[in-house]
Amino acid sequence: MKSASTTKAVVHSWPVRLTHWVNALALLVMVLSGWRIYNASPLFDNFRFPETWTLGGWLAGALMWHFAMMWLLIFNGAIYLFFGIITGRFAKRFFPITKAQLFTDFRLASRLTLKHDAGTYNTIQRIAYLGAIALIALLVMSGLAIWKPVQLQALANLMGGYEGARLTHFVAMSLLVAFVVIHVFMALITPKILLSMITGNATIAANAKSSPSGSNIPSTESGDAL
Amino acid sequence: MKKPSLLDRHLLAANKKEIQLIERRLFLKGTFSMGALALLSGCDLADNETVNRMLHGMSRFNDEIQAKLFDVTRLAPEYAPNMITQPFPFNAFYARDAVPIVDASTYHLELLGLIRDKKSWTLKELGELPQVSQITRHVCVEGWSAIGKWGGVRFSDFLQRIGADTTARFVGFKCADDYYTSIDMATALHPQTLLALTFADKTLPTEYGFPMKVRIPTKLGFKNPKHVMAIYVTNTYPGGYWEDKGYNWFSGL
Repeated sequence: MKSASTTKAVVHSWPVRLTHWVNALALLVMVLSGWRIYNASPLFDNFRFPETWTLGGWLAGALMWHFAMMWLLIFNGAIYLFFGIITGRFAKRFFPITKAQLFTDFRLASRLTLKHDAGTYNTIQRIAYLGAIALIALLVMSGLAIWKPVQLQALANLMGGYEGARLTHFVAMSLLVAFVVIHVFMALITPKILLSMITGNATIAANAKSSPSGSNIPSTESGDAL
Repeated sequence: MKKPSLLDRHLLAANKKEIQLIERRLFLKGTFSMGALALLSGCDLADNETVNRMLHGMSRFNDEIQAKLFDVTRLAPEYAPNMITQPFPFNAFYARDAVPIVDASTYHLELLGLIRDKKSWTLKELGELPQVSQITRHVCVEGWSAIGKWGGVRFSDFLQRIGADTTARFVGFKCADDYYTSIDMATALHPQTLLALTFADKTLPTEYGFPMKVRIPTKLGFKNPKHVMAIYVTNTYPGGYWEDKGYNWFSGL
C-alpha cells in the first residue's frame, strides 16, 4: 500500500518496545503466580483459579516468583514512565483527550469504522492505555500495602487497610486482565499494529506524522478501519 | 586490552561485515535460548536449577530489603476490642486434634546460645514479670488476617533481663510440636514483640499455643511460634520449618 500519501515511519522507538515486552512478561508472571497465591486463601468463597493456569507449583513457589518479578515490573515500569514523560511521548500520544473527540470516537467505534492506526491513538485507545498504566500503578501500590502493612502504614491506610488493599489488588488485577484480553484481541486482528510493536516500523498516512493530534484524521488512504 | 596493530586494524576493517554477522548470530543465539526458557511451562521452570537458584537469590535479596525497611520504632496498628475476630481461626501444619499438650506443672522455658543467665523459666516465673497486652492483626502468609488480643512479657525486657547478646544476629525458637523458626534481633527488640501467655485476657488456649507463644505483630503468622519450649540467641542462620521449605525468611509486615 505504498502511495504518495503514505510513508514508512518509526512509530515505537526501541525503549518503548523493549519496556512493553518486558512489562508483558513481568505481568504474565505476576498474574499467574498471583492466582496461585489467591487460591491459598480465596477472597471469595466460591471462586478459585484453575491450578493449571497458575505458576509456582505451591504457595511458597508462587510467592517466590511474585516477589522476584515485582522488582522487574517496578524498575521496567519506572523506566517506561521516565522515558514517556521526558521525551514528550505521553503528551504527544495520549493527550489531549476531549469529550467531543471521545463522543465522536465512540460513535465511529459503534459503527466499526473507528481508525486503529499505527503511530496514532484514537481517544478510546488513549483512555485504555492510560487506564492500563493507572491499573498497574494501583497494583504496585496495593501490592506493597499487602506486603508491608506495618512499615508502609500510610500507603495501607490509603488502600483501605490490609484487607482493603487485598480487595483493591484483586479488583485492579481483574480489570487489567480484562484490558489485556481486549488488547491482545485487537492486536491480533490488526497485525500491522502488532508488528509495529516488534519492529518499531509501520506504514502510516503521510499527514499523520506531522499532525499533533492524529486521533481522528480523515483519511481513507491507510489504516484498517475497525 | 592490547591496542590492535596496524595489520590487525586492517584485517578488522576488511572483515568488519563478517565479524558483525558472527557477533549478531551469537547474540541472537543467546536471546533465542532465553526465549525458549521463558516459553517452558511453569512446571519445567520451577524444576530448572538455574531458575530455582535465581528465585532463592531473590528471596535472600528481599530479606535484606525488608531488614532495611524495618523500623524498630514503627508500631503495628492496634485496634478497638470490638474489632477482635470471633472466632479466631486455628491454623497449624496439623489438625486441631493433634495440638501438643504441654504440662504446665513441669514446663520450663529453656535458654540457649549467647545468653549470660541460662537459668530456665517456669510458667509461674514468667507470669510474675511485668505484663503488657495488645490488640493487633495477625496476617497469615496465605493471605487471610484476623485481629486478636495477646498479653504477656515484652520480649525486649526479657532479653535484657537474661543478659542476651543483643548484638547477635538471630533469635531462634524451638516448639513442643517440633516446629521451629527464627527472627532477626531488630524484630526481637521491637516493643510489640511479646512472650504471650494470654489470649483474649485468658490463659493462652492450647490451640493458640499454650503455654507460651511468641507474638510478633510485625511478622507474618508463621513467624509467631506456638508452644515455645526453648529460645536461643545465635549468629548462625537458624532457618525455620516453613522457611527451609522455601518461604521467605524475613517475612516482615
